Amino acid sequence: MNLLPEQMPGQARDMADAVARRSYGKLVAFLAARTQDVAAAEDALSEAFAAALADWPKTGCPANPEAWLLTVARRKSIDALRRNQKIDAEADLSNVAAESEAGAGEEIPDRRLALLFACAHPAIDASIRAPLMLQTILGLDAQAIACAFLTSQAAMGKRLVRAKEKIRQAGIPLRVPEREDMPGRLDAVLEAIYAAFAEGWSDPAGTDAARRDLTGEALFLARLVTELLPDEPEALGLMALLLHSEARRAARRNAQGDYVPLAQQSRELWDGQMIEEAEALLLRASALGRIGMGRIGMGRIGRYQLEAAIQSAHVERRRTGQANWAASLALYDALIAMTGSPVVAVNRALVVAETDGAGAGLAAMPQMEGDARLAEYQPYWAARAELLARAGRRQEARQALEIAIGLAGDPAVRRFLEARRVEFSD
Amino acid sequence: MQYMLMVYGDESGWTKMTPAEQQQGAAAYMAYTEALKAAGVLQGSNRLRPTGTATTVRATDGKAQVLDGPYADTKEQLGGYYLIDVADLDAALSWASRCPAVGHGAVEVRAIWSM
Repeated sequence: MNLLPEQMPGQARDMADAVARRSYGKLVAFLAARTQDVAAAEDALSEAFAAALADWPKTGCPANPEAWLLTVARRKSIDALRRNQKIDAEADLSNVAAESEAGAGEEIPDRRLALLFACAHPAIDASIRAPLMLQTILGLDAQAIACAFLTSQAAMGKRLVRAKEKIRQAGIPLRVPEREDMPGRLDAVLEAIYAAFAEGWSDPAGTDAARRDLTGEALFLARLVTELLPDEPEALGLMALLLHSEARRAARRNAQGDYVPLAQQSRELWDGQMIEEAEALLLRASALGRIGMGRIGMGRIGRYQLEAAIQSAHVERRRTGQANWAASLALYDALIAMTGSPVVAVNRALVVAETDGAGAGLAAMPQMEGDARLAEYQPYWAARAELLARAGRRQEARQALEIAIGLAGDPAVRRFLEARRVEFSD
Repeated sequence: MQYMLMVYGDESGWTKMTPAEQQQGAAAYMAYTEALKAAGVLQGSNRLRPTGTATTVRATDGKAQVLDGPYADTKEQLGGYYLIDVADLDAALSWASRCPAVGHGAVEVRAIWSM
């Protein structure tokens, strides 16, 4: 959250901070619901927060800070409409004024889900959907988002403005889709949240605060979707997947910052509470799947449930020392059938090697001719090297490892692979 | 909101069709137009003569230049339009997806800039 300057006095600032985190998206969604003007809603709200910074230290925090902010933001947006008298906006002042009188002191309806669906609308470019959600729901500024997505602030700012303009001018509704459209539209929302998480995840050492925070923000969004759509198995599946990953964050690197593979991670460093929550979510998702079988939008097992189930099997194997490779293989088979992803195929080949030996694993590796991206995919070469070494083909194993080292972008992973190279040459 | 559904397709395709196919194609557009009318959303629609009949005007140094031919040579050409009035982009996209053009060309959906 970057809404508030540091110098705000203690208690009022803490209060404003808490309200910002809890209510920012709710207030933006509510303010923009009728006008579809997300940018104007954000402007009005940031003016309301500025007013809170000025007033609250003097007058004390209001009893209902959310309602206070909403009232001020509405007044600001009426002022803005009066100032601009935008010719293309249906500048329906009396309407806005009437709305701002009504509902004072009542619970503000939560329309964040509708805003999420607008951000991930098919008419919005896929690559800007995650940044748009982070900005409109969580109030992250363009600088923080640009930093997290490794791009320039100017470019990110411009793309965010353009996306919000498209929502307003093209008439993208802030509305939760009908059930028949839900599966496809929900996938887009979940994909954007997953993309945000993956951006944060790609800084495993957690040295870059902006990127590390992104996993937390993505978890917040995923949790929000599960709370607002509690009966969507794939939303539960995504939340379970993110929790499983996040639970092992601390164990991914040792004290020297070196990469630690799952099989060697110290289980004391895993977050047991997160793992338990993930398992419970996954159970609920599969129960929903069984109940809803045959109904539109329900009863579908999707990629997030499958990926979470694979994570669950990893955890179970480490916990019990018992591996159920056949179950893992079945999950990978289902995931490949669904996604056709060569990345999944690499992981599946490692499981095949566990059950049928390194030779079978090598045979199960995806063919590079089928997908040129594999040639640049470091884990493919690392997995290949491991299997070749296990099959006793050391010369080829060293060659594959060389390529993996050359492709490794993360220094910790590179060090890990270099250590393996030393072991291979013995 | 008002939206313009712009129908793009390879106009040379039409001349290559047999009379029976042309009749079938025209019937599909008639049915679509009737559906738009029945739903009360149609504000206007027209089919355009092929781009071979197009003339383009542009002023250079204040002097109008009249040129034979379309504004731009493209593989698919603007062949007609529907002007509709619906609630939002989702409704407009839903109508666009039912237009026969999406089977052989494309439909561009643009919101009208109301003045």
